[in-house]
Amino acid sequence: MSRYFVDRVSRRVVYIFGVVAFLILVFIAIFILKESLPALKELGIVNILFGAKWYPSKDTFGILTMLAGSVVTTLLALAIAMPLALGCAIFLAEVAPPHIRNIVRPAVELLVGIPSVVYGLVGMLILCPVIARLSGTGSGSSVLAAAVVLAIMVLPTITSISEDSLRAVPARYKEGAFALGATHWQTIHHVLLPAARRGITAAVILGTGKAIGETMAMVMVIGNSPIFPASIFRPARTLTGNIAVEMASATGIHESALFTTGLVLFILVLLINSIGLLAYRRRA
Amino acid sequence: MKKRLFLVPLVGLILAALVMGGCGHSQSGTITEGGSSTVQPLADKWAEAFMAKNPDVNIIVQGGGSSAGVKGCAQGTFDIGAASRELKSSEASQWPDLVVTHVAADGVAIVVHPSSSIANLTLEEVKNIFANGSNDTWTVISREEGSGTREVFEKKVMAGAEIASNAEFLPSNGAVKQKVASTANAIGYISIGYVDLSVKALSIGGVTCNKDNCRSGSYPVTRYLNFITKGDTEDLIKRFIDFCLSSEGQKIVEEEGYVSVG
Repeated sequence: MSRYFVDRVSRRVVYIFGVVAFLILVFIAIFILKESLPALKELGIVNILFGAKWYPSKDTFGILTMLAGSVVTTLLALAIAMPLALGCAIFLAEVAPPHIRNIVRPAVELLVGIPSVVYGLVGMLILCPVIARLSGTGSGSSVLAAAVVLAIMVLPTITSISEDSLRAVPARYKEGAFALGATHWQTIHHVLLPAARRGITAAVILGTGKAIGETMAMVMVIGNSPIFPASIFRPARTLTGNIAVEMASATGIHESALFTTGLVLFILVLLINSIGLLAYRRRA
Repeated sequence: MKKRLFLVPLVGLILAALVMGGCGHSQSGTITEGGSSTVQPLADKWAEAFMAKNPDVNIIVQGGGSSAGVKGCAQGTFDIGAASRELKSSEASQWPDLVVTHVAADGVAIVVHPSSSIANLTLEEVKNIFANGSNDTWTVISREEGSGTREVFEKKVMAGAEIASNAEFLPSNGAVKQKVASTANAIGYISIGYVDLSVKALSIGGVTCNKDNCRSGSYPVTRYLNFITKGDTEDLIKRFIDFCLSSEGQKIVEEEGYVSVG
């Protein structure tokens, strides 16, 4: 048995594994589409996408409120997370001495490893009561609670990719800026950040994809009311939450409408992640 | 030699699949029960007691919700499906061979924060609160669409009116209880088996929400908890259901905070 034989065989095997990973995606897409068809046929995509009322018991399945819920919570979460993440990335890449960096960086990355349900629990037991007291009404289940929890959850994604991008800026740019008499902060602001722009954009977009797909923590803190998010202190419902909350007890067209919700989400996340990956690959 | 290393995990996988596949079948000695989250704690206790008396029997209890219980039984995933509601007409016509057995009864308690000054409401008042939804006076907490507990609440309390969309919708008895317990002006509804000191169960029209009033029918929001089986059940499944209905089984029902039947 020659070593070339082993070589050939292992190449085939990993080739098959690669194809399998791709096929899994295709099968999931086909399955979701197939399960959505009854609802799409009976109700029409327009009625589902642009319907503002969700009353399964009256066969009314409009997901516009949840589309709005997902978009608003995600944007608010990004607005909270971006300054934090960017500041953290600059700190780690440029400011922090090595021994502090060696503590902070793993700590930020560990945030990824905390299960979603734990974030939800902390949000529900600590954050919601605080928000209820701030707003003076309701239970604290709100768009704001969801956005704060989401912001913490996407923080590590945005921070680490932004930091990598800042570090990937060629050293001669920085040296050039210093040589021209720029201070450290001027260099960061006018040279490093613009040069790392693409990578930071990609980081934010990938964070968006993660945020919009988050489920368990959202279900626990947003209140799951199928209404438009009129105020950040009021509840709303996300696309993911719609599926998670109702799937267990749904039958027939209701179940199919939930799969349609999943289809919309699937396409949304696919689009966002593709844009993010494109931006990431094209970074300088 | 190196090539064989690939085979080891492969063979292991196949063996594991065979073993697991073998367990999934409802051979004599194993019963799979699943469905309603309201029935689950009760089914756990019944299974425990039955297995203590019959060491050769293995009963697997799962959750999933009432609809999953009905569907699972019809499709053979569960030997016994648990539902905290009756069969829907659509289910009964789709799977005509399903048999429903009342194994326990349950009241749905209308609960508020323990500090609330309100102790009694009429059915009409509860209905209006849930139809009007959350406002400065109330934070309305409901179960999700399709929940068995919600269905009985809608039938007995809402009487055709819709629960407002701006209510909060949470996917389990436990989540509703937690939310009501932590919100000063919250109102929600949960199975009587879940009621404890963290929430206050309201009297409805002057009738206290307790097991005796549920049994007598004077408390208005009650329902049966059901086991669903296929027409021609195996002997072992029949023996288990008979055990649940026996005085010993019904004693467990009372101990768990539900209402016994028969």
